[in-house]
Amino acid sequence: MANVLEVKNLKIEATVYPPGEKSRDITIVNGVSFDLKPGKVLGLIGESGAGKSTIGLSAMAYGRGGVRITGGEVWLNGRDILAGGLSALRKLRGAEVTYVAQSAAAAFNPAKKLMEQIIEASIEHKRCSKADAEKRAIALFEKLGLPDPENFGNRYPHQVSGGQLQRAMTALALCPQPDLVIFDEPTTALDVTTQIDVLAAIKDAIRDTGVAALYITHDLAVVAQVSDDIMVLQNGKTVEYADVDTIINNPAEDYTKALVSVRSIDHKEMVPEGTPLLRASGVNARYSGTKFDVLKNINLELYPGQTLALVGESGSGKSTMARVITGLLPPRDGEIEFDGRILSADLKSRSNDDLRELQMIYQMADVAMNPRQTVGTIIGRPLEFYFGIKGAEKRRRIIELLDEIEMGEAFIDRYPAELSGGQKQRVCIARALAAKPKLIICDEVTSALDPLVADGILKLLLNLQKIENVSYLFITHDLATVRAIADSIAVMYQGRVVRYGPKSQVLEPPFDDYTDLLLSSVPEMKLGWLEDVIATRKMESAGN
Amino acid sequence: MRHIPISALIGLFFTSLYFLAAIFAPFIAPYGMAEVVGDVWEQSSSDFLLGTDSIGRDLLSRMIYGGRTTIFIATAATVVSFVTGASLGFFAAVIGGAVDQALSRFVDLMMSIPTLIFALVILSVMPVTVPMLIIVMGLLDSTRVYRLARAVAVDINVMDFVEAAKLRGEGRTWIIFREILPNALSPLVAELGLRFIFMVLFLSTLSFLGLGVQPPEADWGGIVKENKEGIVYGIPAAIVPAIAIATLAISVNLVADWVLNRTTSLKGGRGG
Repeated sequence: MANVLEVKNLKIEATVYPPGEKSRDITIVNGVSFDLKPGKVLGLIGESGAGKSTIGLSAMAYGRGGVRITGGEVWLNGRDILAGGLSALRKLRGAEVTYVAQSAAAAFNPAKKLMEQIIEASIEHKRCSKADAEKRAIALFEKLGLPDPENFGNRYPHQVSGGQLQRAMTALALCPQPDLVIFDEPTTALDVTTQIDVLAAIKDAIRDTGVAALYITHDLAVVAQVSDDIMVLQNGKTVEYADVDTIINNPAEDYTKALVSVRSIDHKEMVPEGTPLLRASGVNARYSGTKFDVLKNINLELYPGQTLALVGESGSGKSTMARVITGLLPPRDGEIEFDGRILSADLKSRSNDDLRELQMIYQMADVAMNPRQTVGTIIGRPLEFYFGIKGAEKRRRIIELLDEIEMGEAFIDRYPAELSGGQKQRVCIARALAAKPKLIICDEVTSALDPLVADGILKLLLNLQKIENVSYLFITHDLATVRAIADSIAVMYQGRVVRYGPKSQVLEPPFDDYTDLLLSSVPEMKLGWLEDVIATRKMESAGN
Repeated sequence: MRHIPISALIGLFFTSLYFLAAIFAPFIAPYGMAEVVGDVWEQSSSDFLLGTDSIGRDLLSRMIYGGRTTIFIATAATVVSFVTGASLGFFAAVIGGAVDQALSRFVDLMMSIPTLIFALVILSVMPVTVPMLIIVMGLLDSTRVYRLARAVAVDINVMDFVEAAKLRGEGRTWIIFREILPNALSPLVAELGLRFIFMVLFLSTLSFLGLGVQPPEADWGGIVKENKEGIVYGIPAAIVPAIAIATLAISVNLVADWVLNRTTSLKGGRGG
């Protein structure tokens, strides 16, 4: 059978304009070749900056933000689309090739009804009449498992959930009956329990419509479920290109092996001993102006030098719990006991020692550091503030801390914008450590990072725990992370703790329905995992 | 500093020219400010480079001394306006709640009265002295700065790094001046250039209407007023201060643009 898409020796460049210097060209993608047969799915995988989205968009001869395709050929349906010129491209985009964006919420026009947007391309390209397009859209809604397919299109984007919107976007892409669909991280922004439904829907839709697809993601376990072939990319070059079975079960390259075996941290669970460092009893909390408790009767204990993981999907109240403990949101009732004393509910009435011993690390390291302060100032401020350390002694301590986070003295005068994502998070860790805390609240600290980088951060955290004997309250939706570092686990669902205990007990069957859903939803690096899970699970996620 | 764009160089040149002339006025000016040295509205000559004014004073000397008054009052008023406006704006944003509401609504109230009319009313009751001019102009203008500063600070105040500082137990002063101010500087610097020029125009307008700088002291607005009758007879004396105001306005803003470019860099200005 003829190939739908053939990409030969693709080279993509962009011009960068460093302020004060001459602009120069950088190569983003170099020498990438692949082909795609009808009905097949190619997964493009790599870390941020690997060039995967750029390659994906080249299949519609599109360069985002000044990116140019400067070499190679892209053949779609037997035509070289790079040679065609803009009007030829306009005919092809949205008709023969369509695109599913990462954030459906940002990609839909909030002022128009879904149906209008979904059939727009089909009508614009005169693929079919309006009535036919609507009929096809409704059929797609049904296939994708959307509720009330007949009337779903009459809703506005804000009236449906995130998972549904992502499926609506898939319907949008499939409606003009394209030959190729580009999926650009379609499930990355979704909760793990929602992701699985969307993933299954996408997979079914691809199979039933016989369309070819490029599936771009950074999550190898996800791509393994939907792809036939996988291309592993790093720094714009192909690392490995093979069928999915080979990549997962028998990878040749070291980089692929690292990706496959990521989260291989071995952490032996510690048994609770001594008196708890942190004890929450009967905590209820609500945000001002609402009549709805976000947290309902939360009881938790965390022991010195150990890690308690709070797990759950978005909206389950886990970050709110962190706000209650830090005093940003005083609870309605219940109390927080910390190191043998009751913490006052309000941040303002806490003593400096209370504040010092309870530090926090944020999900987005970018915005958790003042962009106008140097690394030295950021790490040095807690030293100065809590301990009054100044001058040479302060500098010595800062360097010590920088060494502890495996970065070193060279970084002391850098600004956050001059650091990579992983380095930023390390600086945040150092800032927390500088206060010599007893407890660090880690709020989704690895969610925004690439898997290999996240792995490094987790290892660092575990190491520091051993040295400093600090406790972590680890908030995450990612069960793989939890498995890696927790001693005890609290599973939260709609503001309640539904399961709580030592890690070995919580992750051991029999499960309650929600924990089962959550555990089974974590993509596994295994072929056929998706089908198994869909067939065996007991409940659907709240997001649907 | 290695690379200054040409526009900024031009701006820097003219701005420093005006400021230097203002500072060293007594040394540069060929005649005294209020000295009658020639005939009425003489043409420019080697004795009087820009000619003479309506009562025979040297126009160049008057321009230099006038520039001194104008630039001094405008700068001082801008400083007053920024210090009050920005501090109150940041304060309101950080505290929030009723304090924020009270301050913001008060500012709205002030802004609902046209500035020029407000200033005219106050200055017709109060004695018109230089400090009084500075305070009235500065405070009236600070309402604009307040709104900008508050809007910028409200956005910054909800960022994680500010929350981190609050969790650390930092006081309001640290949060306002060390966390928020450096990040609010770019829009404020852009506004600074603009506000300074508005001050120059405001002062000139007041003087033109006779409620600004009082004779025999001169400022550029006053010089226009004194010489406006000459325009009818084709005497360019009134145009000279107008040109001075325009060139100062443009050059200050060229400099402000450049400073803005540098301060927006998050890499400590090292990128360029």
